[in-house]
Amino acid sequence: MTSHRLDLENVDIRIDGQPLVALDATIGPGEVLTVMGPSGSGKSTLLSFLAGFLDSAFEARGRVALDGRDITVLPAEERGIGLLFQDPLLFPHLSVAGNLRFGMPRHTPDKSRRIAQALDDVGLEGFGDRDPATLSGGQKARVALMRLLLSEPRAVLLDEPFSKLDTHLRQEMRELVFDHLHQAGLPSLLVTHDRDDAAAAGGRLIELAD
Amino acid sequence: MLLRLTPALIVTLLVGPIVAGVGMVLLPAFGYLPALGGDALSLAPWRALFAQPGLAHSVAVSLTSGLVTTAVSLAIVLLFLAGTSGSRLDRWLRRLVSPLLSVPHAAAAFGLAFLIAPSGLVARLLSPGITGWERPPDWLIVQDPWGLSLMAGLIIKEIPFLLLMSLAALPQLEVPRRVAMARSLGYRPTLAWLKVVAPALYPLIRLPVYAVIAFASSVVDVAMILGPTLPPTLAVSILEWFNDPDLSHRFLASAGAVLQLGVTLAALAGWWGLECLARRLGRRWIDAGQRRRGEGCLRRIGKSAMLATTLAAGLGLIGLALYSVAGFWRFPDALPDTLTPQHWLGTLPSLGGPVSTTLIIAASATLLALLLALAALENEQRSGKYPAEGRLLSALSLLYLPLIVPQIAFLFGLVVLLESLEARARMALVIFGHLLFVLPYVFLSLAEAYRRFDPRWSQLARTLGRSPNATFWRIRLPMLLAPVLTAAAVGLAISIGQYLPTHLLGAGRITTVTTEAVSLASGANRRVIGVWALVQASLPLLGFVIAIGVPRLLWARRRGLQGAP
Amino acid sequence: MPRLLATSTLSRAALLAGLVLAMPAVASPDLDDWNAVRDAARGQTVYWNAWGGDTRTNDYIDWVAERMAEEHDIDVVHVKVDDTSTAVSRVLAEKSAGNVTDGSIDLIWINGENFAAMKEHDLLYGPFAEALPHFALTRPDANPEMVTDFTLPTEGYESPWGKAQITFYYDSEEVATPPASIEALLDWAEAHPGRFTYPRIPDFTGSTFLKQALIALTDEREALYAPVAESDFEAVTAPLWDYLDALHPHLWRSGRQFPSSGPELRSLMGDGELALAFTFYPSEPAAAVADYELPESTRSYVLDEGTLGNVHFVAIPFNSPHKAGALVLADFLLSPKAQAHKQDIDVWGDRTVLDVAHLDADTQALFEVDDSNPAMLPADALQKTLPEPHPSWMTALQDAWLERYVDE
Repeated sequence: MTSHRLDLENVDIRIDGQPLVALDATIGPGEVLTVMGPSGSGKSTLLSFLAGFLDSAFEARGRVALDGRDITVLPAEERGIGLLFQDPLLFPHLSVAGNLRFGMPRHTPDKSRRIAQALDDVGLEGFGDRDPATLSGGQKARVALMRLLLSEPRAVLLDEPFSKLDTHLRQEMRELVFDHLHQAGLPSLLVTHDRDDAAAAGGRLIELAD
Repeated sequence: MLLRLTPALIVTLLVGPIVAGVGMVLLPAFGYLPALGGDALSLAPWRALFAQPGLAHSVAVSLTSGLVTTAVSLAIVLLFLAGTSGSRLDRWLRRLVSPLLSVPHAAAAFGLAFLIAPSGLVARLLSPGITGWERPPDWLIVQDPWGLSLMAGLIIKEIPFLLLMSLAALPQLEVPRRVAMARSLGYRPTLAWLKVVAPALYPLIRLPVYAVIAFASSVVDVAMILGPTLPPTLAVSILEWFNDPDLSHRFLASAGAVLQLGVTLAALAGWWGLECLARRLGRRWIDAGQRRRGEGCLRRIGKSAMLATTLAAGLGLIGLALYSVAGFWRFPDALPDTLTPQHWLGTLPSLGGPVSTTLIIAASATLLALLLALAALENEQRSGKYPAEGRLLSALSLLYLPLIVPQIAFLFGLVVLLESLEARARMALVIFGHLLFVLPYVFLSLAEAYRRFDPRWSQLARTLGRSPNATFWRIRLPMLLAPVLTAAAVGLAISIGQYLPTHLLGAGRITTVTTEAVSLASGANRRVIGVWALVQASLPLLGFVIAIGVPRLLWARRRGLQGAP
Repeated sequence: MPRLLATSTLSRAALLAGLVLAMPAVASPDLDDWNAVRDAARGQTVYWNAWGGDTRTNDYIDWVAERMAEEHDIDVVHVKVDDTSTAVSRVLAEKSAGNVTDGSIDLIWINGENFAAMKEHDLLYGPFAEALPHFALTRPDANPEMVTDFTLPTEGYESPWGKAQITFYYDSEEVATPPASIEALLDWAEAHPGRFTYPRIPDFTGSTFLKQALIALTDEREALYAPVAESDFEAVTAPLWDYLDALHPHLWRSGRQFPSSGPELRSLMGDGELALAFTFYPSEPAAAVADYELPESTRSYVLDEGTLGNVHFVAIPFNSPHKAGALVLADFLLSPKAQAHKQDIDVWGDRTVLDVAHLDADTQALFEVDDSNPAMLPADALQKTLPEPHPSWMTALQDAWLERYVDE
């Protein structure tokens, strides 16, 4: 089991000189830091900054380090930070297995066996050849989670990942996601406006002002 | 990085030749053309131009056909879209967009002329039974002095274009949500669409609309077939002066070309004025808050006008197809006396060369255009710099210059320029000439889909460890395959239809189906014209079939991509 | 198939490039040594710009190209133009740009105004016609029209190719006795309103109708064979305008609109809109019947007093890079074999420029005309040929017509 740490040092994002969001935190292995706040409080901007997609209209100061290495200016694909969106966003032109394979590092040995194993883990054995469009909402969400994990990130950002699920699925997915993140020892940052998400994550909670 | 240079490259590639071409026409327009003894600048060509009988009439017809064609086409497209209810007829009409777009202008014009002429298909179907005519009546319908038949011919061709451009832009407007909102406030669906969708749609299709104005005010081939003759439209007159055996008419023709540029610009300015007026009236109409009045009427107008133009185009083509296999066909017989494969058999052996040349040129120009358009759009994505919606003055909108500046105003000048540069690679020049016109349309067709593409797909791919290049090749391109192929089909259609650039830049040596069709059309043999018009229409149609078919085949097992834009 | 074509075009281009590199400035061939011309022509590609609006003409040119490849190793490419003047424009553009050795046109099908314009602006190569071995068969001393184009002496700058003459045609099922003179035409039109017209000026065929009418109506016919500047245009043409003013209300569309070209007249005849029309090509009505464009009851005739006729030619632009090839082609076009094939009504039906009566008997047999086609003119009809006026008349008549009839 690997363990990683994500440091946000004096992060301060402004637009037109006006402060939008500021944060200073360390997220340890397997830990989930929840950031809550109303719309417009800069949650998504914070995620964009951490993932490496910040629009040039914003100015950002501070430093992001992953396992002690400064990643603030690295391009998104070299940061090692994985992302889970509201929507599962399974690539519609790839099969389920193709989606999982897409995220795997190039020299991963034995890709097919790992894919089968991952599908097994979430109760989707034999789904590899399926067209993602034929999956149910819950199934898609599970494939998206597995795609994230198979890409071997060293930290994870969660952008309201449960908000579009039905109520009965929501609790199930929360458990699944947080269990897997804990097990993988990944530091995670969850952005949400749902208190139940925060409770399920079980970690620290930061509330952003309006 | 190469990508970053693309916008600059595109602008140089397109603007350079046009500016140079216009320059080379300006000189003779002011009397300077040493090869014909014009050694000094003078206003003589302009005096000669303004002394031409009927010039004012020519200019007036060109100007009004630019404005009326555009206004009517746009109104029909908007009313049709507003009243569209997903009925079978609606879907059928929408599906006909691409095939109609692939019919060359001249072919559609021939078809319409044969449909509505006193000896045409309609008169034949009604005679002698209903009309009692044994001889065609001596009525002035086609080539009327007011240019009405010319405008009708242009409207038939411009509607599919504006409809395709609108259908491409609509998805980003979240139409169902907007209409639902307005309906919940008590508006009938058609009025809801016109009041909440149309004002948002117009800025997105403004450039295509401007292209229609420019085209309709300067078109040559359609005007020769359907336009007035005494005098003809300005563009046709200019071509006649350029082709006059008396070489001193070249000065006059050059001045005319400059005047044509002015007429087109005046039409654009006039449209801009109409836009302001429409905005003011439209706002008052929206503010007035009628929710029901006129809705049924508007819907019926839109639908029946769309149906009528589609039928006219279709029947015209059927007429041409009939002629291509017709033996002697006496008036008022509805069908030819005999059918014969003779016209096709005579043509087939000479088809191979022109068809392969046409395809080589069209494929090269389209491929180059796609590369440039994709590079520019990808650069936009990566740099995060988007042109503001509907804004006209961003550098890249110079891309549309070739659609605005009439061909006749710069191509002759461009030929002289290229000659003096000793550029003799005819094939390359022709491909380049086509690129001038293909690129804007390809860009126009592709840009909306590309810019609308959900950025989260690419972000996701990046966080999964893929480089921007891999993201482009493995995510964006395959997911945008359908719009890319549609843009390619539009590009092919545009290239296949080009006459002047092929003829002038190729020194006549490059023979395409269109140059062949035009030179044969001068023989006025309607049977031969029918054969070539069908050949000319079938090539771009092939492109559209591929554009629709390949994604369906490729993504047969991927439901998520079916019905994608 | 397309691939094969593409490759051969490519290799041809490569070959061409090689030749051009090897001989940078192609010197004009030595016309006194025909064998040398023929040798120089071997392997050349000759771009022949010729009107491409008629499938029969195009097919005939294809036949010529085959013969040239076989017999002379010359690759003839028919550059189809919709109007000869586009070819003139091209040469002019090349001259403007200083291209004096590597033009894109080697041979042009031309006559009349276009020839006059090119000659005036030094756009032609020559004189060369006298040097063509077959040229003598036209017997220019006895047939001055072979060296005269619209009254202008050709001075060897073009070589004759075929003959054209205004020929009227009508549907015999509908018209029993067509008008036999320009004056009778007016009465006929009054009796049959809307069934006759002529192409819109400045179309070539339409302008020819004006000249035909002017010759018949004016009192000063000789004036037409000198430049227009030398006579009183108003006085000479007054009867023409009176005539047209009287004729127009009875024309097709009441003279408010005119067809755009000669071929369009034929199309209107096929539609039954017109009952009487005319053409410059005597074989056109018969060919159109064979192509199902006109009814089998179509008949041709010429006016009693004769109709305008002229000769069409081929000329070589001053900057043609393949003059030797163009010369050999021009000579081949004059050969009895090529001329006889061209005159065959099943091929094209364009009349020969050779003086058939002076050919040897075997060769004469090649030119025997088949009289059985009812749509064809009787062979003797074309004896009554009126010569073309000076080209300046055409321009002056066109300007005056436009001034008078284009509504402001």
